[in-house]
Amino acid sequence: MKIKQAINLTAISAAVLALSFSTGCRPETAGSVSVGDAASKVYVAPGQHDEFYNIVSGGFNGQMSVVGLPSGRVLKILPVFSAHPENGYGYTEESKPMLNTAHGFVPWDDLHHIAISTTNGEHDARWAFGNANNTPRIARVDLTSFETVEILEIPNSAGNHSSPFITENTEYVVASTRFSVPVGTDEENDVPIETYKENFKGTVSFIKVGDKGDMSIAFQLVTPGVNFDLARAGKGKSHGWFFFSTYNTEQAHTLLEVNASQRDKDFIMAVNWKKAEEYIKAGKGKTVKAKYAHNKLDHDTHMATSTIMEEVLQLDPKELKDIIYFIPCPKSPHGTDVDPSGEYIVGSGKLAALIPVFSFTKLMEAIDNQDFEGEYDGFPIVRYESALHGVVEKPGLGPLHTEFDGRGNAYTSMFVSSEVVKWSIETLEVLDRQPTFYSVGHLSIPGGPTAKPHGKYLVAYNKITKDRYLPTGPELAHSAQLFDISGDKMQLLLDFPTIGEPHYAEAFPAHLIKDKQVKIYKIEDNKHPYVTKGPGEAKVVRDGNKVHVYMTSIRSHFGPDNIEGVKVGDEVYFHVTNLEQDWDIPHGFAIKGANTAELLIMPGATQTLKWTPDRPGIFPFYCTDFCSALHQEMQGYLRVSPANSTVALKYSVGDTEED
Amino acid sequence: MGKITPLSRILMALSALLMILIYFVPIWKIEMWAPQYPEWLHMKIWINNITGDVAVINGLNHYIGMKYIKVEMFPEFEIMPYILAAIIGVGLVLALIGRKFALWSYLGILLSAGIGGMLDFYLWSYDYGHNLDPTAAIKVPGMSYQPPLIGSKELLNFIAYSAPDVGGFIAAGAGLLVIIAIIIEQWKSSLNKRAYRGAKLYT
Repeated sequence: MKIKQAINLTAISAAVLALSFSTGCRPETAGSVSVGDAASKVYVAPGQHDEFYNIVSGGFNGQMSVVGLPSGRVLKILPVFSAHPENGYGYTEESKPMLNTAHGFVPWDDLHHIAISTTNGEHDARWAFGNANNTPRIARVDLTSFETVEILEIPNSAGNHSSPFITENTEYVVASTRFSVPVGTDEENDVPIETYKENFKGTVSFIKVGDKGDMSIAFQLVTPGVNFDLARAGKGKSHGWFFFSTYNTEQAHTLLEVNASQRDKDFIMAVNWKKAEEYIKAGKGKTVKAKYAHNKLDHDTHMATSTIMEEVLQLDPKELKDIIYFIPCPKSPHGTDVDPSGEYIVGSGKLAALIPVFSFTKLMEAIDNQDFEGEYDGFPIVRYESALHGVVEKPGLGPLHTEFDGRGNAYTSMFVSSEVVKWSIETLEVLDRQPTFYSVGHLSIPGGPTAKPHGKYLVAYNKITKDRYLPTGPELAHSAQLFDISGDKMQLLLDFPTIGEPHYAEAFPAHLIKDKQVKIYKIEDNKHPYVTKGPGEAKVVRDGNKVHVYMTSIRSHFGPDNIEGVKVGDEVYFHVTNLEQDWDIPHGFAIKGANTAELLIMPGATQTLKWTPDRPGIFPFYCTDFCSALHQEMQGYLRVSPANSTVALKYSVGDTEED
Repeated sequence: MGKITPLSRILMALSALLMILIYFVPIWKIEMWAPQYPEWLHMKIWINNITGDVAVINGLNHYIGMKYIKVEMFPEFEIMPYILAAIIGVGLVLALIGRKFALWSYLGILLSAGIGGMLDFYLWSYDYGHNLDPTAAIKVPGMSYQPPLIGSKELLNFIAYSAPDVGGFIAAGAGLLVIIAIIIEQWKSSLNKRAYRGAKLYT
């Protein structure tokens, strides 16, 4: 019996073994562990600072996040296009105008790309620009206060994806439209969608940036009706030119995933913007009607204002020659990236199996020699081979974006094959490839898009996270991965979760801005119309059914903190001034039943919360930002009486200062 | 009492003129450190003003009931510029006179001004540290908050440090010049005495 069993077992085992040998083992896949001294390379000891700031777009959250590298620590969430109840952005009377558009108040957007200001092609990090993809806008963030200080709406645009990209001295920020649309008046734009080829146009807006950062639309180029995807300015020798990737040159208006993927090549559109400037100077621009909002924050009054602009200057490059040339580029190019020298333009055909690299010198020769292979909608198409420096063969699948390390190497993200590929710009040879987890989109090297990259780290921003972190239900954090690229081989150092969905990000050395940070706003410089500069000036003033509370906050009380005589039907405006003049001492303000948000007031600033009491009673208010050992005592009461009540307006703080 | 040497007169005049600089630099400093203030809080005392993080220090001090520091609280600031001007003027006149009594008087003036100043500083810091608002939120039995006259002292979560600033060192330097002059004169007169004695011996 026992012997029989043993024989049977042996036979079964042998059969299983034989089977497994015949089918082979499941193949090994790419490992996912970092190796070597990764931990010590990302360890930033307590109290030490990161070497780089990484300004990361938040995608659908409409924000930017500020991350330190190499630690991957999130330092700040910075609201740009999205209302942010945490600090009242988009809810306070001061900040509401910032989110105004020609379509009214739009308190959210989809922020895809970051551009950090440059001088001579190098980061100066005065401002970070970000785009609103949905309701086309460009925002400017001041990197001394990490605040959104300006938002400019872009007319005649839809899907502001191909923006913001800047010229080497931040002369211009460009914004080009993803969706081509009719660009006439509202009435003229009411056309059948099937008349796309006839009526739909692309636009490229050149936004002038002043010395203080102020933005204004200098001119708009009206282009053939294609989809603009991404762009880069020339630099160094190619300064004066701008390169835009296009897709849907088929000009489809339905089922683009098929209909816009038919042509073997789409285009990189090369724009000679110096030429465009000449035409503008010569008065060749045409002023057309266009409605768009221009919103600015004034740091003296702490208030944003919104101005609706009425017209925009347009150039028609079809009539005005030598502005636009098309370069054929394989299969729906996504990234179009210019190397640090300005000589090479990398087109990433996202559906192509190779990466074409164009030479600026060759492009100029081809244009000079009129070496064209045809026309697209009346514009010359430069002969592909004539402009080509060469192609990277078999780089991987789904090339999207390329960054540079300043040592002659390029790094391209491969969405489909989920990897970063390092290759030599000169020899076009693939030098290294590392898997990403998973489906990488944008890449960021500190200074990567500039003339002077700091080629030490590379961050890959992934679209899919799956098993990389503790799971959190159906929605998972998007992930970023930090690589050390200082050696021949890229080394994975760190995974870190990100906020929202990062698309593009830029990074720059921390020393550029860390000693320039605004710590407080001087109370004596506060020109807010409802400022309260000292406890003695606190008051409550009734103006019809509007009640203005001139309130102070200082550790740790509000003045006034007892208010009576407010009635149902009143609109109460709490204008709260933070009298502190010390760094890192904001005060909060919240009142029961506020159906908007709280306030978070920086030292020396004034912010206003509008509150409409809905019933009689006692409404407590308090400070929401732990400010001192007596923070829990920082509170007050507001009494609301019925609409017909005769309770007199009365306010006080402390026993002796009864009004 | 005889005439002093030209060198001593120059030293006296230099000492007086040097003190003109005191109008343009802070004389004394009080610095405070706490875990929340790794960058230290600074208060600078000038001939007629207090500058630095006064508002922040006031904000903190109100918890323990210390008075708000305001320039108007100190009548000293009104008269100190004149006192200094007088000392400089008298110093120059005494240098012109160039006698030993003038030199000694000048030293006396400087010393009494210095001691007077320190005494005044001690008195107001005593009042400031002891005379607390009885309704203060934080009351620590037996605790007073007088900053140190010079040197450092722990006050609750703070370390307070008090020391001369540039102006203080200038004043000390001015005094030092006078002391050098006095040493020179003493040395000279002892030489003279010896020479006199020697002369007597050989006549």
